[in-house]
Amino acid sequence: MDPTKWGFKKSLWLFHLNAGACNNCDIEVLDCLCPKHDVERFGMKLVGSLKHADVLLVSGSVPRKVVPDLIEAYEQVPQPAVVIAIGACACTGGIFKDGYNFAGPVDKHVPVAAYVPGCPPRPEAIIGAVVKLLGTL
Amino acid sequence: MASTLGLVLSFLIFPGLLFTAVIGLVTQWIDRKVSALVQWRVGPPWYQPFADILKLMGKEIIIPAGARRAGFLFAPMAGLAAVGVVSTMLWLTNMHGTGFVGDLIGVIYLLTIPSLGIILGASASSNPLASIGASREMKLVLAYELPFVIAIFTAVTKVSPMTLRLDGILDYQAANGVLLGNASCILAFIVCILVVQAKLTFPPFDIPEAETELMEGTHIEYSGAALAVIKLQQAMMLFTLPIFLITVFWGGLVLSGWGILYTIVKYVIIIVIIVLIKNTTPRVRIDQAVRFFWGPVTVIAVVGMILAILGF
Repeated sequence: MDPTKWGFKKSLWLFHLNAGACNNCDIEVLDCLCPKHDVERFGMKLVGSLKHADVLLVSGSVPRKVVPDLIEAYEQVPQPAVVIAIGACACTGGIFKDGYNFAGPVDKHVPVAAYVPGCPPRPEAIIGAVVKLLGTL
Repeated sequence: MASTLGLVLSFLIFPGLLFTAVIGLVTQWIDRKVSALVQWRVGPPWYQPFADILKLMGKEIIIPAGARRAGFLFAPMAGLAAVGVVSTMLWLTNMHGTGFVGDLIGVIYLLTIPSLGIILGASASSNPLASIGASREMKLVLAYELPFVIAIFTAVTKVSPMTLRLDGILDYQAANGVLLGNASCILAFIVCILVVQAKLTFPPFDIPEAETELMEGTHIEYSGAALAVIKLQQAMMLFTLPIFLITVFWGGLVLSGWGILYTIVKYVIIIVIIVLIKNTTPRVRIDQAVRFFWGPVTVIAVVGMILAILGF
């Protein structure tokens, strides 16, 4: 196996991008990092800068104002990188799909590798999505 | 070790870059594992730092618009090379007693170069957060160098006859017991532990790369292999600084028989002290850090120096 690919699977650094979310999914993402679930067991950790990230966790329904920022953020992440849509809003738009300022969902603007539905999704669901995603890489 | 080829090999492979990088990454795992245990987590597996470096090697390097390309990419390399040289010098002195006059001063100089490299790279990256990080790193360097030099020279004063050679200090300790047995050198050692904390930019002195406010500060713009070089350099510093303290204050590395075990115990004790300080203190502000190093820490270092001159 390619060593850099092995490294990529064993060490995913997450950047957490809130694209107009109500903060509920964000709290669930932070739950994954807390001692009960502790995703550092799998080498995942939260990083502060987009340039260090491998995984972009996007939550929120993507209002019109956020679209340029979302695209710019995606372009700043060094490849190879994957995007995971967290929560009902990011996957489909949820209850905001008919909103006047709705410009999403996320996969309309950036390529999404995995969808985690739920409002908000449980930490177990987020970890499960990442595990399934790692199987396809 | 007289031949040029031998010196090049010892810089590149055995006590130098490769060896230091491997042991440094293992040490970084110890750091992460102990931090996880302190926080009641399980923590990463032992190969985690290696996986991080391999992954970063395979990623794209993004050079920000407006950055000085050469300076941005060269600066981390300077730090890596400097740490490799320091590690080679320390190990060769410990193993073969090959010192030269003033190598202690050389080591002190070279240990500053990683910080300078970080400052250069951050300034070249044309990012405002990185600039703030660079200015904080600069103030931190100015703050900790004074007590560090005084503390190291306490050891030099204690050794008789006074010498600036690392092997001279080691010979004195082999004949008269470790320097850490003296009151003056205990004070100097405490000062050095605090300075090492700042040199590694670990909490409470992680001001230049404050995750929450500066988003990794000085290396915010680095990605891919350049970031891997920075991570590698940090891991090597984590290995080299305790070795330096052991050499100067704690009898050096004994690499035969039971001495190997004793050396490992000394090394692990210093690492655990550093990691525990890291995990139990909050970040201070830059003005508090400068006041701390120029105030209490320098006073402790000067008291240690006076005690050493008086013969304690």
